[in-house]
Amino acid sequence: MHPHAIPGTMLFEGDLARKGLPLNRMCFSFNSAENRAAFLKDEDAYCAKYGLTPEQRAAVKSRDVLAMLKAGGNIYYLAKLAGIFGLNVQDIGAQQTGMSVDAFKEKLVAAGR
Amino acid sequence: MARIVGGIGTTHVPAIGKAIAERKQKDPYWSPFFDGFDAVHGWLARTRPDVAVVFYNDHGLNFFLDKMPTFAVGAADLYRNEDEGWGIPVSKALAGDAAFSWHVINGLVADEFDVTMCQDMLVDHAVTIPMALMWPGEGGCPVKIIPISINTVQHPLPSVSRCLKLGRSVGRAIESYDKDLRVVVIGTGGLSHQLDGERAGFINKPFDTLCMDKLASDPEALTRYTIPELVEQAGAQGVELLNWVAMRGALTGRVAELHRNYHIPISNTAAATMLFDNIPVAQRKAA
Repeated sequence: MHPHAIPGTMLFEGDLARKGLPLNRMCFSFNSAENRAAFLKDEDAYCAKYGLTPEQRAAVKSRDVLAMLKAGGNIYYLAKLAGIFGLNVQDIGAQQTGMSVDAFKEKLVAAGR
Repeated sequence: MARIVGGIGTTHVPAIGKAIAERKQKDPYWSPFFDGFDAVHGWLARTRPDVAVVFYNDHGLNFFLDKMPTFAVGAADLYRNEDEGWGIPVSKALAGDAAFSWHVINGLVADEFDVTMCQDMLVDHAVTIPMALMWPGEGGCPVKIIPISINTVQHPLPSVSRCLKLGRSVGRAIESYDKDLRVVVIGTGGLSHQLDGERAGFINKPFDTLCMDKLASDPEALTRYTIPELVEQAGAQGVELLNWVAMRGALTGRVAELHRNYHIPISNTAAATMLFDNIPVAQRKAA
């Protein structure tokens, strides 16, 4: 157990940064529209080009955000990948918490009460 | 000499950029946030700053995780924005003041803040959105900017105390600049939010309230939180509070809160806007 373990939260520290470098580098490339199109055209080839680990490739293939985080993905970079599929941070929040998007949005509103 | 007229803190959520592009400011979802800027607009019209020093964090536009400076200072006469990959429109370039930036850099390094100096620097939504919020409309932003990036992404992050001291050093540098310029200091991001993990959607209104209450009168009180404690209280991305702390540090005079707006939620975030007055020490003595 990490001395600062926070439930449902990972600190993006050196170990994750090391592990996630190929995945995050690929996501960083999605700042370019041309690269986003290339990913959509041939996802396997695009992931291979960035040297994703099998764990990272499987996580991307299954569109599983929690698995991508465990594989070292950083959320700001994963959000660029999510954007390719037209998903925003409420969509990926709902996926990670196992809620419907409407329920997730309601949870956000409820936090203000 | 340059003079710090005040400070502003504001959220910088990317969705705000989209809302501006789609002119949704008066929609019921957005108006509680955008209406909070009326007071800021009035104050900016009265104080007419020439330069804005902006503490922010880059989200993977200028810096990638391969080389991540803890503190980086822009030293350019022009800062471009580019495609950030999440569907917000690309903003117009912002004017810089490279000579003033170098003065700030000289001051920081003399104070043992060994910053990264960036003569070529893209600025992301964490700079462009606050500028668009403060100076809306086609006229664009009338001030020159000095962007100062703080790493809030890849741990270890600088401590709250370190960021407060960074701000103080920047404040001293501004006030020692031998040009008659009016400077506003801006901190962007936050407040509480978390995008990643099973705790995604975490928002902490009591903690945000405490932070906002302490900023003007007792920013030192926030230095008791370690970074993991800050993550726990403010959320994984709520650590952007560090940018606000640095902004507050730069206000070297007598500081008073002039305005506050707080609204939950904007996107996944507790959105906050605060405006601070900074009465310079020299003026205080004269009074």
